[in-house]
Amino acid sequence: MSRSEQFMIENPFERVGATDHANDPIVRPTISFWSDVRRRLIANRVAMFGLICIILILILAIIVPELSSYSYMDQNLSNTNAAPSRDHFFGTDSLGRDLWVRVWVGARVSLAVGIFGSIIPSVIGIVIGGISGYFGGFIDTIIMRAVDIIICIPSMIYVILIMLVFGSGPIPLIIAFALTGWMGAARDVRGLILQLKEREFVLASKLLGASHLSLIFKHLVPNTLGIVVVGMTMSVPGAIFQEAYLSFIGLGISPPIPSWGQLANLGTAVFRIYPYQLLIPALLISITMLSFNLFGDGLRDALDPKLRS
Amino acid sequence: MSVIRFIVKRFIISIVTIFLLVTLSFFLLRTLPGNPFQTETLLTVEMQEKMMSYYGLDKPLFEQYLTYMQNLLQGDLGYSIKYRNRTVNEIIATSFPVSADLGLRALAVALPIGLFLGVLSARKRGKLTDYLCVLLSVIGVSIPSFILGSFLQYIFALKLQILPMAQWQTEWHTILPTIALALSLLAILTRVMRASMLEVMSQDYVKTAKAKGLSEGKIVRRHQIRNASIPILTMLGPMVTSVLMGTFVVEKIFALPGLGQHFINSITGLDYTVTLGLTVFFGIFMVFANFLVDIAYGIVDPRIRLMK
Repeated sequence: MSRSEQFMIENPFERVGATDHANDPIVRPTISFWSDVRRRLIANRVAMFGLICIILILILAIIVPELSSYSYMDQNLSNTNAAPSRDHFFGTDSLGRDLWVRVWVGARVSLAVGIFGSIIPSVIGIVIGGISGYFGGFIDTIIMRAVDIIICIPSMIYVILIMLVFGSGPIPLIIAFALTGWMGAARDVRGLILQLKEREFVLASKLLGASHLSLIFKHLVPNTLGIVVVGMTMSVPGAIFQEAYLSFIGLGISPPIPSWGQLANLGTAVFRIYPYQLLIPALLISITMLSFNLFGDGLRDALDPKLRS
Repeated sequence: MSVIRFIVKRFIISIVTIFLLVTLSFFLLRTLPGNPFQTETLLTVEMQEKMMSYYGLDKPLFEQYLTYMQNLLQGDLGYSIKYRNRTVNEIIATSFPVSADLGLRALAVALPIGLFLGVLSARKRGKLTDYLCVLLSVIGVSIPSFILGSFLQYIFALKLQILPMAQWQTEWHTILPTIALALSLLAILTRVMRASMLEVMSQDYVKTAKAKGLSEGKIVRRHQIRNASIPILTMLGPMVTSVLMGTFVVEKIFALPGLGQHFINSITGLDYTVTLGLTVFFGIFMVFANFLVDIAYGIVDPRIRLMK
């Protein structure tokens, strides 16, 4: 921008007198792409419902463990498997631990894994896809062949193997997702950049001397963000599901730190007698996945006018 | 690009994938801390070492790798370390049929219903039927199979007592696990089929068909559903994966004698050869499934072949 401004000032053919602006004032506020998206998203009640649920769950996950008088590890063997009551909103488990606190500490773990487990692979995908699409040729061929091959390997097997190597816990889980989940985003971004790089605005900034890096990450990648953000939102429930799945079979998050999948796993052991111990984490997993799915659908509709009726 | 070249290219990619998969799994598994005999408390360190050398686990890693690859080429996945006198091939031969049976049942339930609901939903776009189908598909995607399985058990086996709780004996035993596994598949299929139908319905060739006076039923059957089913084909590959993974947990909940329990037990027990053998088996199975799907897709839809 600064270069073009300088250029304008030095322009000997500068126009003096009345400008176009004065003759034809813009009365309405301009609506940028993103404010249009926001407007459409807010108008979509189902998506807003999803967003509100997500925010509510996030707030509870942040404040409940801080305010509660119990901790997620406190055992009370004289009060085990208690039904939900005023002291223990969600009852207690087989070791007398307060489930209300455990569920919301578990929410922190599950949501962190879900959100970072989809943001980090997407960012890796953007960088690799961006470089591949922009430079094309040899680099592109190599990267895309590698993606073709890696994408064929069933990711769950690799997540399990990586978990075994790094141990079980939230961070190894996120690392495993990062290593196995970037290929989809890389493909999407590359495809979009291949189309975009022929456009005039890219030529214009090339003429103004933009470097490769600023072309890729300032001009091309921001234009692909829409699709990437939708993909990211849609992969959050997937990551939450994978965490729950792994913890359920005993490989994801190891005790004493709770996560929703692990709570559900503990719940299945006793759910024939105390069904609420499974019901509560199960409902939370489902509601969270549902909310992210609804919000992601709405976001996709808002970003892509072609899909709307 | 001719069909043959397309197939050869896909085949080479599949072979490289399998090679990479086996190599990576082998070295990843061998870098794990501990050895399979540590858990048996009665063994002294000398005895553990003796056992290691008996199974050839003390040789240089690369030599073990070469031996493994040689055996693999002959279809031999080795002996289990934990189960005495059982080969990995035997384990697969006895328990894979159960997993496959369950998976095929789930597919057989989900495929027709999912496609039907997808078409129905697209045809009734914006009506109540459409909203109900969309709702069902969103809910179906959001409930993990292990949770659905537990609830089905609770409702139908414990409260109503009309279906058996677990095990794999009669046809009645298969109903609950099949539903638990099928719902999410059904939901995904409905969703994809709906989107695909909506796309096809606005195409020019549908207008042409209408203009030349074809009946509504013929247009739907001959022109819309056929074309809309193509994206479903691409999904079949990933779906095989998700069915297999789904069977792991469903098997655990319903205590079914499938492959899943062996995989999980071998991981926790550091039974290298079983974990590795099953990983390799799953990997080859899935890569092969993807290969077939890709080929079918390329043959059905020539645009795919011409793209690259």
